[in-house]
Amino acid sequence: MSKTWQGHALAGAIRRIYPDATLDSSDSDVWISPDNIPTVMQLLRDDHQFRFDLLSSVTAVDLISHFEVVYHLTSLPRNATAVIKSKCGFGRESPEIPSVVDIWRGAELQEREIWDLMGIIFQGHPNHKRIMLWEGFPGHPLRKDFATYEQSIVDDDQLRIPESVSEEYESRNTD
Amino acid sequence: MTTQLRTEPITVNLGPQHPSTHGVFRMRVTFDGEEIVDVEPIFGYLHRGSEKLAEERTYVQVVTLTDRMDYVGSMLNNQAYMLSVEKLCSIKPSPRGVWLRMIAAELQRIASHLVAVGFLIQDLGAWGTPLIYTMREREKILDLFEMLCGARITNSYLRPGGVFMDAPEEFWPAMDKLLDELPARLDELDELLTANEIIFSRTKGVSVLTPEQMINASITGPMLRAAGVDWDLRHRDPYDFYDQVSFERPLHHAGDNFARYWVRIQEMRESIKIIRQCERLIEPGPVRPHHDDVPWLVRPPVGDAYAAIEHSKGELGFYLVSDGSISPYRCHVRAPSLINLTLLRDMLVGELLADMFVSFGSVDINMGEVDR
Repeated sequence: MSKTWQGHALAGAIRRIYPDATLDSSDSDVWISPDNIPTVMQLLRDDHQFRFDLLSSVTAVDLISHFEVVYHLTSLPRNATAVIKSKCGFGRESPEIPSVVDIWRGAELQEREIWDLMGIIFQGHPNHKRIMLWEGFPGHPLRKDFATYEQSIVDDDQLRIPESVSEEYESRNTD
Repeated sequence: MTTQLRTEPITVNLGPQHPSTHGVFRMRVTFDGEEIVDVEPIFGYLHRGSEKLAEERTYVQVVTLTDRMDYVGSMLNNQAYMLSVEKLCSIKPSPRGVWLRMIAAELQRIASHLVAVGFLIQDLGAWGTPLIYTMREREKILDLFEMLCGARITNSYLRPGGVFMDAPEEFWPAMDKLLDELPARLDELDELLTANEIIFSRTKGVSVLTPEQMINASITGPMLRAAGVDWDLRHRDPYDFYDQVSFERPLHHAGDNFARYWVRIQEMRESIKIIRQCERLIEPGPVRPHHDDVPWLVRPPVGDAYAAIEHSKGELGFYLVSDGSISPYRCHVRAPSLINLTLLRDMLVGELLADMFVSFGSVDINMGEVDR
């Protein structure tokens, strides 16, 4: 059976090596400030008591007041999992966090996806480009303030179907 | 005296409309003669914004979106999503429902591997025959799904706490018949392909990846097991009732295209074993908890949950964040197809043009899941 690191226990273990590295912890998660992400992640990968050699998933959540980047770590030799979270982008202006691609290459495409859809900048990412959408796409769709089509069609005239097109459509239907 | 023939690099655009790209994948490849010197994958041609769409649907409605992610592994997608919802709401699933979804998931794994193997051999240049053989077997599995839930590909069979409908009477003899036939069909594939001289020479030693490389790049599933790493979530972190069934994890040491093909063939045999055990252990009872305990309109408490399963392509996980309302606040998919492409450049650079699509096919991706 796999072991899930309890948040408080993991925070305690990290603090024994870097006393100021953790901000907060809960039953399941540990919060780390963005500045400490590279050092703590390096520790979690290489230290013999953690050995999180596989980065399961990186994702981000828009919590309106700020963004939260969530790392799910897996250790193959220890058969353990842990969750690390980091808050960034207070005030929503260009949220930034250091990239972990140097530590786990598995973050490469996932961090590009977060930048594309959530708009979080990963400092030091080797190929920091949009992945799903094209360059020049307005905004980042997974943000909560991104207007969906349904909302925008009410107050944005530009998105309404031009009259000529609708006339053509109607004439085709009446034939 | 020998004179070296000078070649110049040429950049070729492949896809998105190309029959060998398993959908709408696009690569910008630079060749020097026949050798690949650079690869740049370009994603996004099937991006439908599933994660955003999920935020405006109820928890049960999101099941239909998961069907359309990896559309050759719908039952497995349903399973991963439901495990995550159950973890978020602390729902105790009903045992018969769990056994039924394990049977569905293992049938789907066989179907998915059949597609992977069929198209891999198709990419090698064996036009038609092997693909038709594998698709013929997959068709029978899809017929079983039709009996279970009325749909063949976009199943939406699972619900929080189990499945929405019990299997009909005629399902069990039909499945028995399939399970009796299938081992012989796999032997047929073995005879035709696994011991085939041409397949040996074309796939052995091509696009070798080491375990260290793959673990660092978050690659999971048959690709990792093809390099000898015994990592299978069904065994390491058993979800549903996988701790009550016994099965082997086929491992190969080589980490090349042949190993990835071989592991998939062997895993199908193990899936048959698992289904046989499920069939023996399943007991009568309700297929989902009573309506009063788990309503259709699930309203989880505030919090988040991540649950992962061993998908036919690797670790498939759903990360759900709830704000206490009827729809997820955030629904993230840890898509194995996308993440397994991280090392595509390392796999292809230095290989030959003819091996490109074979290596690409051996990753076994599904564009519906890569782009979501």
